[in-house]
Amino acid sequence: MTGDVSALQLVLSGDPGLFAIVRLSLLISLSAVLFAGLIGVPVGAFIALTLFPGREGVIVVLNALMGLPPVVVGLAVFLALSRSGPLGSWGLLFTPQAMVIAQTVLVAPIIAALTRQTIEDLWVEYRDELAAMNIGPAGRVATLVWDARFSLVTALLAGFGRAAAEVGAIIVVGGNIEGFTRTMTTAIALETSKGDLPLAIGLGIVLIFIVILINALAWAARRAGERTAG
Amino acid sequence: MFNRRILLAALALGIAAAAPASAQEKSIVVSSTTSTQDSGLFGYILPLFKSKTGIDVKVVSQGTGQALDTGRRGDADVVFVHAKSQEEKFVADGFGVKRFPVMYNDFVLIGPKSDPAGIKGSKDVGTALKTIMAKGAPFISRGDKSGTHSAEINLWKASGVDIEKEKGPWYKSIGQGMGAALNTASASSAYVLADRGTWISFKNRGDLIIAVEGDKRLFNQYGVMLVNPAKHPKVKKDFGQLFVDWLVSPEGQKAIANYKINGEQLFYPNASDAGA
Amino acid sequence: MSMHAPSHDLPLMFVEAGILAGEVTILDNISLTLNAGAPTVLIGPNGAGKTTLLRAAMGLIPVTHGRITWGGNETAAPARRAFVFQRPAMLRRSTEGNVHYALAAAGVPHGQRYDRAAELLTLVGLDGFGSRPARRLSGGEQQRVALARALARDPAVLFLDEPTASLDPHATKAIEDIVSNVAARGVKVVMSTHDLGQAKRLAGDLVLLHRGRLIESGPAAQFFADPRTEEASKFIAGELLI
Repeated sequence: MTGDVSALQLVLSGDPGLFAIVRLSLLISLSAVLFAGLIGVPVGAFIALTLFPGREGVIVVLNALMGLPPVVVGLAVFLALSRSGPLGSWGLLFTPQAMVIAQTVLVAPIIAALTRQTIEDLWVEYRDELAAMNIGPAGRVATLVWDARFSLVTALLAGFGRAAAEVGAIIVVGGNIEGFTRTMTTAIALETSKGDLPLAIGLGIVLIFIVILINALAWAARRAGERTAG
Repeated sequence: MFNRRILLAALALGIAAAAPASAQEKSIVVSSTTSTQDSGLFGYILPLFKSKTGIDVKVVSQGTGQALDTGRRGDADVVFVHAKSQEEKFVADGFGVKRFPVMYNDFVLIGPKSDPAGIKGSKDVGTALKTIMAKGAPFISRGDKSGTHSAEINLWKASGVDIEKEKGPWYKSIGQGMGAALNTASASSAYVLADRGTWISFKNRGDLIIAVEGDKRLFNQYGVMLVNPAKHPKVKKDFGQLFVDWLVSPEGQKAIANYKINGEQLFYPNASDAGA
Repeated sequence: MSMHAPSHDLPLMFVEAGILAGEVTILDNISLTLNAGAPTVLIGPNGAGKTTLLRAAMGLIPVTHGRITWGGNETAAPARRAFVFQRPAMLRRSTEGNVHYALAAAGVPHGQRYDRAAELLTLVGLDGFGSRPARRLSGGEQQRVALARALARDPAVLFLDEPTASLDPHATKAIEDIVSNVAARGVKVVMSTHDLGQAKRLAGDLVLLHRGRLIESGPAAQFFADPRTEEASKFIAGELLI
């Protein structure tokens, strides 16, 4: 990419460099949301449905973790994945996988906390009916997660928004390597530091547009689903 | 639903894993400075190196201090920075194999067109800095332990100022990269020390101009080192050494000399100067 | 719905059963036997313990004193019991989906669920409602979905907690017709109400509760014609029991 053309022009002309950056951004953030969902939804559901000592404390901590500073997550994952760190032998530092890991760590608490709230509310509503139908613990979780799926989409979207917007974690663990670990947000940070503010703003507009598009798609899916399930 | 999810997860894993697997075969990680990256030098010379050797060079650009630390932790295969004394310490501590001088560019003292310190056109950077301090003209320091930052500290020292003790509200340490420092200077009409390469390719100059240039003390030497495989066995020493060798070879040196912006040469190869 | 042999859930016996919540007595020393046959209707003022008695009979809450036995057993697996709550919660699914869920929970094989669901929806008068989201139905319609869900369990005993409490007369009539229909098919209905008229219309046996205690129980005709206790007389006369 050269700095003289605006990002919007690059989009319109199908610039392959920009396309690769957008593609990588989406791949990383969507993968992170997927993994964070696979972790966060069951954990949130478990906390919602289980009484154990210290549960209130866990909920407070989980809610607080929603505000984890990305750069702290980045640093922690960096230290873990560094060749001098405990997971150094994986050789993942400065790779897209490291970025997925960092964003998963960042997003999982958000999804878990919102899932916990959603499932707990629905559980209060369903509790008697499920007991009367003699539904066991596993079936309970499956039913609540399935019936709350449209609300859980909102939790996943919140996670995606957070992942797609953050730069602090992925720039530390990804290294912003051109053509390899450069995403929209790290490119924006770089172009800002190079003083190419129009390109940075252009990239920012592309980023916002994509986030809006994904939210719109998810919203449409949610509305369509609600029409049949209520 | 769960089957579909697992499928998706597997798919995402597959994609994420496949992307680097092909590139990881022949690639090295080079930790370098923001100045080499932001100036566009790598964008010009790395494709030449790749077409010759087939090796992908992944550049993580950081301040010199952080770049050396990345090497120290073994997270890079090659370190390519500009702070000679720190580089020599890096090698002496056993983290680098051997330091090779590669090239130099120079620093320029940037300031607002209005020139509140009245130093424009001076050839003596020491006097210029003392004037800035005397007049309390705003000055932006990188403050990030980068090569440029340590060059700035050395310049204050050479002009007889202990900047840590004598700095006032006019001296703002921002702890960020070269581009951010220039953006800040541009927005606040301040003086700032910059490497010429970043300055030439910097786009958001606003009212900034070169106030002082050409002083020998503004000389900025770059060195390259292979991270010591004895400390970090995972270092890709063969590919890394190939890159180091290429940079100091006649071919690499020529590539560096050929990189120009607006007809202006940014870096001057000097691998043959053993004392550099 | 299939007819079935008398269930092992009956007779359902409360033996000196009591429930305490902390210091508060909710049910006090209840001894009561529920046999197969016409519906048993629980009456009594609000707070008398009707809902708690129904839930305990379903096995949803344990007794703190005495015991409850189902066909002589103290194990409470509610395989052949079903419950319609006063304000039933609709699952966030279609009307049909709600019934399918209950059929699946009752272990009805997948292949039979479509026919059974259609049958049940016809029984409760919700033909053509199958694809509507259950949560968007009216209160009376939701009550009928809850009935269909309960009947999906092919219950031997069906508990109904104030099934018409907030319904208009038209919807009440519809529910009462379904209850009579179900009872006629051999399902033991145990329900609570504070509508005396409803008790007269549906009850085979009556149980009067007051302040957690069983005041009087027996055949409905005798209860209304010749109440044995002062509380029963007052209640029938429409006076407040305090």
